[in-house]
Amino acid sequence: MKEKIVLNMITQRAIEEGQAMEKGKTTPEYFKACSIVEMNPEDMKKLGIWRNTNVRVTSEAGSVIVKAIEPTQYVPPGLAHIRQGVWANQVVPPRTQSTGTPQYSGFPVTIEPAIDERIKTALELVQGAVGLWKEGGN
Amino acid sequence: MPKWITQVGCPYCGSSCDDLEVLVSDDGKKVLETRNACVIGNEIFHHASSPNRPTRPRMRQEDGTVKEVTYDEAIDYTAKTLLKAKKPLIYGFGSTNCEGMSAVARVAEKAGAVLDNCASICHGPSFLAIFDNGYPSCTLGEVKNRADVVLFWGCNPMHAHPRHTSRYSIFPRGFFTTKGNMQRTIICVDPRETDTAKLADIHLMIDQGHDYELFDAFRTVLRGHDIPDVVAGIKKEQILEAAGKMKNGRFVMIFYGMGCCHTDGRNHNVDIAISTTRDLNSHTKASIMAMRGHYNIAGPGQVWSWQFGFPYCVDLSRGTHAHMNPGETSSIDLAMRDEVDCFVNVGTDAGAHFPIEAVRHLKKHPFITVDPNICMASEISDLHIPVRVVGVEEPGVVYRMDNVPIQFKKVVDGPDGVLSDEELFDRVYERMCELTETEPIWILNRGHAHGSSTAEQ
Repeated sequence: MKEKIVLNMITQRAIEEGQAMEKGKTTPEYFKACSIVEMNPEDMKKLGIWRNTNVRVTSEAGSVIVKAIEPTQYVPPGLAHIRQGVWANQVVPPRTQSTGTPQYSGFPVTIEPAIDERIKTALELVQGAVGLWKEGGN
Repeated sequence: MPKWITQVGCPYCGSSCDDLEVLVSDDGKKVLETRNACVIGNEIFHHASSPNRPTRPRMRQEDGTVKEVTYDEAIDYTAKTLLKAKKPLIYGFGSTNCEGMSAVARVAEKAGAVLDNCASICHGPSFLAIFDNGYPSCTLGEVKNRADVVLFWGCNPMHAHPRHTSRYSIFPRGFFTTKGNMQRTIICVDPRETDTAKLADIHLMIDQGHDYELFDAFRTVLRGHDIPDVVAGIKKEQILEAAGKMKNGRFVMIFYGMGCCHTDGRNHNVDIAISTTRDLNSHTKASIMAMRGHYNIAGPGQVWSWQFGFPYCVDLSRGTHAHMNPGETSSIDLAMRDEVDCFVNVGTDAGAHFPIEAVRHLKKHPFITVDPNICMASEISDLHIPVRVVGVEEPGVVYRMDNVPIQFKKVVDGPDGVLSDEELFDRVYERMCELTETEPIWILNRGHAHGSSTAEQ
């Protein structure tokens, strides 16, 4: 068992994310669909966590708490997937290789257990990033 | 009696389905039911009738709360903010019609702004590769009627384009593909076993980020040379088998997505995909298509190429001519280098879909969102202006992922007093002309080409 594990992160679409996004990014559906990281059970074992445990995902760009789940679409060991959206974009590096397109896929992240930490809502993350978040909402 | 409206276009993904049927209430104000739509399309039509939708512009106050203002006030604020900014960035357009895009472009020209669309963070690398290497593409109708080998590379239509496989690429029976999916060989290249990969005859589970090598291996094999035993995590036999299927196909179709554009290599992955298509054409017929994400994200490429000569990253700040150089004039790079001093987010959600650091940079300056719904961008904006939902409350021209234009219709009336994107930006343009004491030339000239909506001016 390790304290942390380094995985290769990709952030892409999922139909659950698409449906929830159209319902609204402040809905519980969007929170449920996107505040997760999908990783192979082997990697969970290495990290010493059960499925549905909160973890901290850290990249060169930032860090976010999400829930580790078993893949809904098979992810091989070494790879991790956060569905595109607010949580993913807390860790997506903005470097573009001079093309304008950020590194949404294929960047190293460190994942560590964060059992007692709370997953922030989309609004808290985005408003918090720009200094607008107030406890209880605006 | 509620009424079924047929042949309705769906404002979600790049498949731009135009066969939806929508049941609307007696008063023509509410969507009751949809047919043929995927779960996401269905959600859009129902969400439009949501009572929680904002119907008036909302301006952020000094204490961080928001206050409703009139459209006149919102238009005045937008016009003044754009004029005051040295280099505003107007970004978005994943979800609006070509009429709206054209109106925004007139405002951008007046403001000396940078005009960019969601392709910038999506299929932008495809544009770069297409400029360099051409685009041997076709329409989705040709795919349906002809393609018997379909390759999905770094794309997952079962999730991102839910009806793509049933309308065009795997299941439908076409003119030369009378047996539907029985006649098609499906190859999927993806590092995950996606729901699309599960439908494939051959799934090449590539090592993430090694797309270029695998394309190169295919080109090498197609040209009759030997390859190493394993390339990009794929065994030689599997590569030979897939290459054999492609060579023996009558019409090979390559669909590719963000697996190529979002990872290392970017445009080079697309470049070699195009070269692979060219190589395949010495054996059989082959074509390639970008899986564009939104129902009209091909639209700004068309509209702005026509207006300015460039599809995205259009820098109009020089005032004399348009200039495009992705990496320099692209939204994320401009944001990260703090080169813009006003941000207007139209028909998208940069708040949720930009890397958060870019959002932080943009938020240092006036931030305006034009979007029908509450989204992350609207909730950090200084001003949020709601507009009618295109495809539901507002008709218009949209370009499908294969660049085929489709006239979308409206099925219900928008909320009272809410403007369309086109109306809103035409009024911003007129207000900018008033403030600068210049002639609104584009509005005056528009009547010739565009009779329909000038009547209300």
